[in-house]
Amino acid sequence: MFFLDNAWLTWALPASAFVVILFFGRRLPGKGAEIGIAAVGGSFVLSCAAAAQWIGRGTIGEGEERVRGAVDHTLYTWFSNGQVKVPLGIHVDGLTVMMLLVVTLVSLLVQVYSTAYMHGDRRYTYFYAALALFTASMLVLVTSSTTIFLLLGWEGVGLCSFMLIGHWWEEKDNSDAALKAFFTTRLGDAGMLIGIIILFFANGQSFDIARLNRAALSGGIDHTVLVVGAVALFMGVIGKSAQFPLHTWLPDAMAGPTPVSALIHAATMVVAGVYLVARCYGVFWAAFRVGHHPAWHGISYVAVIGAITIVIAAALAFVQDDIKKVLAYSTVSQLGYMVMALGVGAWTGGIFHLFTHAFFKACLFLGAGSVSHSGSHHSFDMKKDMGGLWRAMPITHATFVIASLALAGIFPLAGFWSKDDILLTAGKNGYNAFMVVGLVGAFMTAAYMARTVYLTFYGEHRGGHHGGQHSAAGHAVDAPHESPLAITVPLVVLAAFSVVAGWLNGFGVHWFAEWTRNEVVVQAHVPEYKFSAPTAALSMAVAVAGIGVGLLYYLRHAFGPLHRATERSSLARAGYRFLLNKYYLDVLYTDIIVGSIKGAIARGAYWVNQRVIDGAVNAVGIGARALARFTYEVVDQKVVDGLVNGTGASAEGGGSVLRRLQTGRVQQYAAFLFGAGAIGALALVLYANQGAR
Amino acid sequence: MLLNEFLFLGALLFCTGVYGVLARKNGVLVLMSVELILNAVNINLIAFGAFRDTIAGQVFALFVIAIAAAEVGVGLAIVLLIYRNRRSIDLTDVDLMKG
Amino acid sequence: MNVFDHWALSGVIFVPILGAILLGFVPRAQETAQKSVALLISLVTGGLMVGILARFDYNATDKLQFVTDRRWIDVIHSRYHVGVDGIALPLLALSVFITIACIIYSWDHFPEPHNPKAFLMLLLVLETGMNGTFCAEDLILFFVFFELVLLPMYFMIGVWGGPNRQYAAIKFFLFTLFGSALMILGFLALFFKGGNTFDIPTLVHNGSAIARSTQVLIFAGLFMGFAIKVPMFPFHTWLPDAHTEAPTVGSVILAAVLLKLGTYGFIRIALPVLPYAARRWAPWIGLLAVIGIIYGALGSLAQRDLKRLVAFSSVAHMGFVMLGISTLTSFGLNAAIFGMVAHGLITGMLFFLAGSIAERFNTREISRLGGLLVQAPRLGWILGFCAMASLGLPGLAGFWGEFPAILSAYQPAQGLNIALFRAFMVVAAVGTVLAAGYLLWMYQRTAFGEPSAEFAAIHVHDVHVPEWIAWTPLLLGIVAFGVYPHALFHVTDGAVHGVTAVFTSRAS
Repeated sequence: MFFLDNAWLTWALPASAFVVILFFGRRLPGKGAEIGIAAVGGSFVLSCAAAAQWIGRGTIGEGEERVRGAVDHTLYTWFSNGQVKVPLGIHVDGLTVMMLLVVTLVSLLVQVYSTAYMHGDRRYTYFYAALALFTASMLVLVTSSTTIFLLLGWEGVGLCSFMLIGHWWEEKDNSDAALKAFFTTRLGDAGMLIGIIILFFANGQSFDIARLNRAALSGGIDHTVLVVGAVALFMGVIGKSAQFPLHTWLPDAMAGPTPVSALIHAATMVVAGVYLVARCYGVFWAAFRVGHHPAWHGISYVAVIGAITIVIAAALAFVQDDIKKVLAYSTVSQLGYMVMALGVGAWTGGIFHLFTHAFFKACLFLGAGSVSHSGSHHSFDMKKDMGGLWRAMPITHATFVIASLALAGIFPLAGFWSKDDILLTAGKNGYNAFMVVGLVGAFMTAAYMARTVYLTFYGEHRGGHHGGQHSAAGHAVDAPHESPLAITVPLVVLAAFSVVAGWLNGFGVHWFAEWTRNEVVVQAHVPEYKFSAPTAALSMAVAVAGIGVGLLYYLRHAFGPLHRATERSSLARAGYRFLLNKYYLDVLYTDIIVGSIKGAIARGAYWVNQRVIDGAVNAVGIGARALARFTYEVVDQKVVDGLVNGTGASAEGGGSVLRRLQTGRVQQYAAFLFGAGAIGALALVLYANQGAR
Repeated sequence: MLLNEFLFLGALLFCTGVYGVLARKNGVLVLMSVELILNAVNINLIAFGAFRDTIAGQVFALFVIAIAAAEVGVGLAIVLLIYRNRRSIDLTDVDLMKG
Repeated sequence: MNVFDHWALSGVIFVPILGAILLGFVPRAQETAQKSVALLISLVTGGLMVGILARFDYNATDKLQFVTDRRWIDVIHSRYHVGVDGIALPLLALSVFITIACIIYSWDHFPEPHNPKAFLMLLLVLETGMNGTFCAEDLILFFVFFELVLLPMYFMIGVWGGPNRQYAAIKFFLFTLFGSALMILGFLALFFKGGNTFDIPTLVHNGSAIARSTQVLIFAGLFMGFAIKVPMFPFHTWLPDAHTEAPTVGSVILAAVLLKLGTYGFIRIALPVLPYAARRWAPWIGLLAVIGIIYGALGSLAQRDLKRLVAFSSVAHMGFVMLGISTLTSFGLNAAIFGMVAHGLITGMLFFLAGSIAERFNTREISRLGGLLVQAPRLGWILGFCAMASLGLPGLAGFWGEFPAILSAYQPAQGLNIALFRAFMVVAAVGTVLAAGYLLWMYQRTAFGEPSAEFAAIHVHDVHVPEWIAWTPLLLGIVAFGVYPHALFHVTDGAVHGVTAVFTSRAS
């Protein structure tokens, strides 16, 4: 079990690559890219080997209880406090292995893609260093055996996200987006920090996640504590996985380079929150009483947040003109799916959707990047610069359409199977309302993807009009063309996975469910359901309807009255503006909350500091000085010094008289001497005579 | 015993010396006058010693002679330096210590 | 016990001041010789320190080691008693190594009015004061060293400082002196109530026998002395002024070591000697600490001056340290010591950077800066790295000062109000968010973007060689302690448990 025991190698490799690229990357022929690709490639191979060993690992238990035992491996004691020893260790089970594969594969493809996409960038080497650090942090996150080590990876990916969103930091918009992303996720992390702390004490002063899950499920932790801990922990998830109401950073994060959006803001980092819920599922399961028995149903906070996110994000995707923003809102919405899945007890469905989503969403983002790289002069505006590109970019077009269909949930592509699993489980577990929300989400997803595909690849080509006049002046404008191999190969690979990834748990096989089952799921008795044709047919119908409606609306201009509704109806206009302004959440956060803290509150606090506290200090100082001046000028100068000065003055006066005597002439001194001697002698004689008498 | 005569001689010498010290401008002459004063004292010491029939007077006189020699040595050196610096040994010009 | 064990500690304390005297004999004109002598002296001290680190028995960190105990002032039963345990050792090492870094950094950075000889002499005297404070095991000795630090710092600010230096220097001096006055009163009270001795280990033994109301009063005196030095809200106002006006090296020493004298005093003297009073005062200390966290963060957000911003962030960071101390738990105290070392490294670096930036642009006004990454990329990246470390990114040293401190507040020592401390915990966690806010905002305004029109044309030298030499060890330390916190925790842990044993054993 070498590759399972030593899964830490998967993150050690890119971590060392980061150091090497940082210090030597510039001097290498490939500017550091080759180191990054080699390291991540190595990690990918290690992950595949680990997956093979995991699948080949013998199971323990029987029937429902059948599960592959997780592998725990402690590297060293990270720190200790008395009896509390916190190990730095890894915990590998099916979930981990799945994440390892996803992360390393997408990282590898994105790095290959970037050699072309980022070619000639002003900070090419630095870009690869950050990517390597990102991959290392993400792998730390998924292999960690303790919440605290998980937090290291968690913040590490946040840091890389910050660095990469702000990659082109010369423009203020980009650095603003980077700051917003870091700051928003950090807000969630404050809650997560508290959650980790609460669960640390609840877990008998241990950060160990496996032990935490066991304790939570066996009722060893007080339910109130568990709920508070779970809610606090979930705040981190809300921040990281861009759930309502902290989802606003993710669309802004599109300011980063497109490969980054694909890797970090679609496939891997943003699913860290989902992963955390899945990893600590015992806590959430027990805290929110997620379960199949109706009597258990509490309000599943997790599912509610997920459901809200699905709908509000999908609605926003309709009004975006920037293709990356559409995909970003789509990502937010799909993350809502995963979170809702976990909230309604669809553990397998949730992580299966995470798995499939990584491929088709990365494919979509990279496709959008390919379009901007070769088809639209580095623009992402669908309405201004795209349209009709299908002829010029056949591979990009084909892969983009496949991935879109997968996202929409069309049989037999990957998204269909994972979405179906979630809807099925939600329904069977008795969460009918959430199933309906899921169907609504599926409909909206299909419709906005139809809009996106249409605007990007069909209709008339609208690009090139900036360049139009210039071409007359002799500047040849690049016509849209297909992207180079480094870009198309990753697209094809991802598109292929978008097709087949779902089959791991489709067509009647349940490999994915079986391979990822872990001890937590078994202990919690998380239910698994077999494929059900009616539900599948329903979700399929909804998806097809969504695509149909979308295409009819945009392609055929059907539903006439709805077109230009915003021009006729003030209500529709208001709704549109409400969506365009993203529910005014950004205004609330950026301008009102952050603005007031940065502005009024901070300045107020500083004013208090300078005027009140420092004022008091200075007042004491001034008072002391005033007292001192009184003491000095009145008591000291007039009274005490009067006496002293009197002495001084008399000495001075005497001195000025006596100095006349000091002429410097020896003979005058001698005259004084003899005069004095004479007077002395006279006095002696007189005295002696008196005495004699 | 001839005491008064010796004392008269001493007084005369002393007065001559005082006159010389106070009135002459030449530094060397002032030093010589100081010698006169000291020798006046010596005469008195020896005279009183002989009169009281003790040896102490002569002993003191010997001391005075020895010290006078040293004093003259230092004094002449000073005068010499003054001369070197100012090309003159006129004491009325030397008033550097004026306060 | 060999000769080294007996005298190494005294060497670490007194070699610098002897060196300062030696430096006095170097002619004023020979600046290179002066710098070399000062560096040599600090390196000799560093060598002794390395010897101590190597010979220190890490399995008995709760025992005083390298002890020297001689007669000193018989008439008041004060003895020359020095020693280090797991609590003092990291701080002593910090002090010694930061001084070396400062001397190297100032190699060609002497602020006006130049005069390296006097500057270096002050620096060495300062080192003696700091090292002595961390080693002293006798209250009078502690006090002497504690006060010895004041004077060089006063001159450093007052002579080599910025435009408003006189005010800042006097404020610093008087503020701390005021605290010291109350502190010495506390010491005297301990002397008379604690069995006519100034010996700290003996007082730890006798201290709990002091009447409880008396303990509370004595603690108040000690509290004032230490809290002003830390500085805790609302006694912090000397700090921003002193930092803003002090020369770079002065700021670094002030932030990296001087502030720790206060927190160290709490851990070494106030807590173990007066356990009952500590428990009574703990909620108030905790309250002031969390106010300091939020308040320092808000103050930082409002700043327009780079150095002043870092100074206010010190108030926030020391708030975390004091929160850890106020919980009276082993987690809290470990976190506090880790926080002190981490803050010393990180904020020391930030002050170095602020100084270097100010030197290059002749301004510290954040709004006038910008595009540092364009003009001096390495400097910019180091600033970014330190900002990240300062906001408590896991994997860098700052995290291990903050996280366990917040953690310890969840479960404070027995007898303390749990609900209150949990509220503190939440507030402190919010403080970490604000820290991210002010540091990143500062970073955005200074490093991102294009250089402002004012400085676009000037040539900015990237990191100098002396800067590299001085900074590299600090940067490595930030990473090393962040990745492997056990390196520090296992030194402090044993000693900390010695201190907290009295708080966990029985509630009162």
